[in-house]
Amino acid sequence: MEEVDVDPAVTPIPGINVARGRLGFVWGPGDILVYESFSPAAAPLGGPFCQDVYAVRKDEDIYSPVLRKLFNESHHIFVGLQKITFDLPSKTKKTQFVSISKNYRSVIRACMEEVQKLAVSTCESSLAAQYGNQVSILLAVELIWNLCEVLFIDAAQAGSLLLHLLDWVRLHKADVDEKAREVLQYESPANHEAFWDVVISFVLQGRMDEARSVLDKQVSQQPAARSIFKLMDSLLMKMPIYNPGSTQTLTEFDVKWRRWHEECNRCLQDGSFASNQHLLTICKILVCDVDTLLEHKELLSTWYHFLVTRLLYSHPTVKPIDLHYYAQASMDMFMDTHSAPEPLDSILMAAFEFDLHQVIKDCSIALNNWWFVAHITDLLDHCKLLQSHNLHFGSNLREFLLLEYASGLFTHHSLWQLAVDYFDHCPEFGRVYLELQIERVPLDTERKALKVLRICEQRQMTEQVRSICKIMAVRALRNNRLGSGLSWTIRAKDAAFATLISERFLQDYCSKGSFSDLDLIDNLGPSMLLSDRLTFLGKYREFHRLYGENRFSEAAKLLLSLMTAKIAPQNFWMTLLTDALPLLEQKEVIFSTEQTHELMNCLEELISVKAVENQDHLMQDEDVETTKLELLRLALARNLAMAIVKEGTVEN
Amino acid sequence: MFVARSIAADHKDLIHDVSYDFHGRRMATCSSDQSVKVWDKNESGEWHCTSSWKTHSGSVWRVKWAHPEFGQVLASCSFDRTAVVWEEIVGDSGDKQRGQSHWIKRTTLVDSRTSVTDVKFAPKHMGLMLTTCSADGVVRIYEAPDVMNLSQWSLQHEISSKLSCSCISWSPSSSRAHSPLIAVGSDDSNTISGGKVQVYEYSENTRKYAKVETLMTVTDAVHDIAFAPSLGRSFHVLAVATKDVRIFKLVPLRKETTSTGPTKFEVQIVAQFDSHNSQVWRVSWNITSTLLASSGDDGCVRLWKANYMDNWKCTGILKGDGSPANGASGQAGIINPVGSAALTAQSALNVLAGRRLGSFITKNSCQIVQCKLMYAHTNLKINIKNMSPLINFN
Repeated sequence: MEEVDVDPAVTPIPGINVARGRLGFVWGPGDILVYESFSPAAAPLGGPFCQDVYAVRKDEDIYSPVLRKLFNESHHIFVGLQKITFDLPSKTKKTQFVSISKNYRSVIRACMEEVQKLAVSTCESSLAAQYGNQVSILLAVELIWNLCEVLFIDAAQAGSLLLHLLDWVRLHKADVDEKAREVLQYESPANHEAFWDVVISFVLQGRMDEARSVLDKQVSQQPAARSIFKLMDSLLMKMPIYNPGSTQTLTEFDVKWRRWHEECNRCLQDGSFASNQHLLTICKILVCDVDTLLEHKELLSTWYHFLVTRLLYSHPTVKPIDLHYYAQASMDMFMDTHSAPEPLDSILMAAFEFDLHQVIKDCSIALNNWWFVAHITDLLDHCKLLQSHNLHFGSNLREFLLLEYASGLFTHHSLWQLAVDYFDHCPEFGRVYLELQIERVPLDTERKALKVLRICEQRQMTEQVRSICKIMAVRALRNNRLGSGLSWTIRAKDAAFATLISERFLQDYCSKGSFSDLDLIDNLGPSMLLSDRLTFLGKYREFHRLYGENRFSEAAKLLLSLMTAKIAPQNFWMTLLTDALPLLEQKEVIFSTEQTHELMNCLEELISVKAVENQDHLMQDEDVETTKLELLRLALARNLAMAIVKEGTVEN
Repeated sequence: MFVARSIAADHKDLIHDVSYDFHGRRMATCSSDQSVKVWDKNESGEWHCTSSWKTHSGSVWRVKWAHPEFGQVLASCSFDRTAVVWEEIVGDSGDKQRGQSHWIKRTTLVDSRTSVTDVKFAPKHMGLMLTTCSADGVVRIYEAPDVMNLSQWSLQHEISSKLSCSCISWSPSSSRAHSPLIAVGSDDSNTISGGKVQVYEYSENTRKYAKVETLMTVTDAVHDIAFAPSLGRSFHVLAVATKDVRIFKLVPLRKETTSTGPTKFEVQIVAQFDSHNSQVWRVSWNITSTLLASSGDDGCVRLWKANYMDNWKCTGILKGDGSPANGASGQAGIINPVGSAALTAQSALNVLAGRRLGSFITKNSCQIVQCKLMYAHTNLKINIKNMSPLINFN
């Protein structure tokens, strides 16, 4: 078998002069950017150089909106297939696999019909041609798939094998029905120029009943020839057809068939049909006269139709193992000696030879996306066919192709979600691929980020989860959305960043005098413990809440503990002490003697630290500070006095 | 493959580097015109220049994005002996409406006494670290201890490779089993000066980088090197651009558990391609390292792919079509619609398809469709657009 051409494809980049030398490039998601760059050999640089950057894309099918449905629906079938358990009895499994194969094919068909409609309705010729291409590619894919289904998945045995092949040919050579309809609708069908073509086409496909009913139209026209028409009718009617469901054995069928074949031969020998050229032709077909068959190349149109017709009228009980012999011979007879087989021919031939590896290989090379090879290889692998064909790398091939297909999907802005399931079912590299790909999904919106995050969380991809949350947190902070930044940081469990954002909250509070994102801060719960500063932020907010609810003594206690337990950063103590002022000024005594002493301690500690810091440079707003200090000292002293009095007084 | 669109970069001189950000939604270009431009992709996939500014006082060789965990940060290096860190600041809403962004210089790293030839950020698990290498043979590793204050960078390590450096690459592996690893390539063209790729490993004990390997077989000038994503493997894969393309495997030899010395590697050559037939300038892996791209003095970018049996083969070539460059091809920030340029590509592809595949399926399936395809006169000669060989099986 000749190998499909594997020379690397050359993609020309317009506007770049190859003689000048170097191309620069960079990988992007789904494309490569290419630009003209510097070549020392070409120095000194003169003349115009190309300033354009070219985006070169690989998988254009991924971006085709009409194929979207194909990707989506086959994804469902794929996922369903992965769920088929291994402990099913092989017989039920086989029926399941065949039905899955049929589902895949019906998806291809549906998609094909849709593209077809588009092709017809579009006015733009280039677009129509593009759709036309897609239709023919899908057709070829379905043709190959169907044959693989018959030969590998269903693995039809002698007898039923031919029936399946006939169905295969009938499905893919359906133009005869159209023509038949045309002929029958004609006012006088028998005189239609395509009349005999239709009859012969039916015979070539083994559709005897249909052939007979069309033939019937001719009888009324030629009453004189009634007898030979009747003879032909009975020959056609009597042709034995193997019925795999019946009790009849293959040998019994074979005997019956041979008898019928001899009868046809006899009719030919004794010249029964000599008076009618057309009937003679049909009779010659029935006895499988190769020359007559080859005279009808136009009606057969392909070598594989020729093959199936030949088998039908010469070896209806052909065994799978002998198929390749007839296939090769048919191809040689049918094709012109000078025309080389095209990729589709090679692929079908490889299938007839039961060379699965070759089929997959050739399809990979000839088709421009991975959809087909990935899905059919997966199905064949489930049927345990890759092993039984002695490909020791069986499961690797499956995974290799699935990974390629899924990686392609990942470059698309919405199809990437389908790819996740494909990666999940690749045991060896699926997870690392998913890790590498999913972190590159652009996090355009919070919603999308959450979607990506959920996928990572479900798979315990802790590093990706952390990274996504961190990216979102950094972005929120850059845009001054502190609340969103904080909640992403908490999800990322990033202590350092939590400290940073808490700091920003506190700064904001100091400058504005109020907190934003109260809901979030009030409901931090245990996540408050992520960083000291965050704990302080939460507690400090709690102090404000208590104060707002007039629970002064609780508020006072909390405030003090923030300083004494060193939860509050020292640079914030002044603010805290200032917050204590209104509490100190309340009519009621809130801070006890002991607490007031502690407050005073804090104040002195702060002043001593500040004094060291301020040795070098004077603070600009020293006046304000001094006033504040004096106010505090006064308030503390007065409170201390009141507390001593209160605590010294015996309640009556 | 096909040319999807062209972008008029409008630099006043040759472009030296184009770099995608982590998510592929932004890119940066740098040029001999001493400027850097930042481009953003809009929803319909078109690129718009959102910022362009003079960055250096010499040719800008490389521009790289930091991981988005560190914000929107760029690093550039130049012939002017410096490397610079840039950060985008969020401007007022008016800027956004005008589609403009502001980048400010956070720091200038002036330690090099010669041209800074490459700049790379270290893998993000190591923190925000920037590496430069220069023509005087020094690799410098800087760290920003406070990721919110990018004006402070401290020079953590200086590695002297003794040979003029052209390129650096970090091993992306974040596995605990691997210490940080950096490969340095030299463009010293004197073959007598020995191996041109040196590999340095960080030692927890000495807190220094020590040379653990020199690829002795690479004696010609090296222009680019690239570690492949690790895919959870125990070994490292390194691509080298020299007079040909080479792929090496660095397999760490099993260490004594008590041993604290440097890792020893077994170096294996996985593949070697000389089809550029000339100096190779760039090598780069795609995200999952299933494809390696290389560009050479033959004016081609070649794509290399391994099949499932680890055989490497060229699967695609991008090549200038030889037509003279159109210097004034557009205005800044304007995307050329796929016009005449694309048509050229298209027609060439048709020729290509014709050669490669004959008329794939024509005779066979077109007749199958004939009755279904309602539109007449449509010659369904298939020009399957560049059916690049997706796999090679040999």
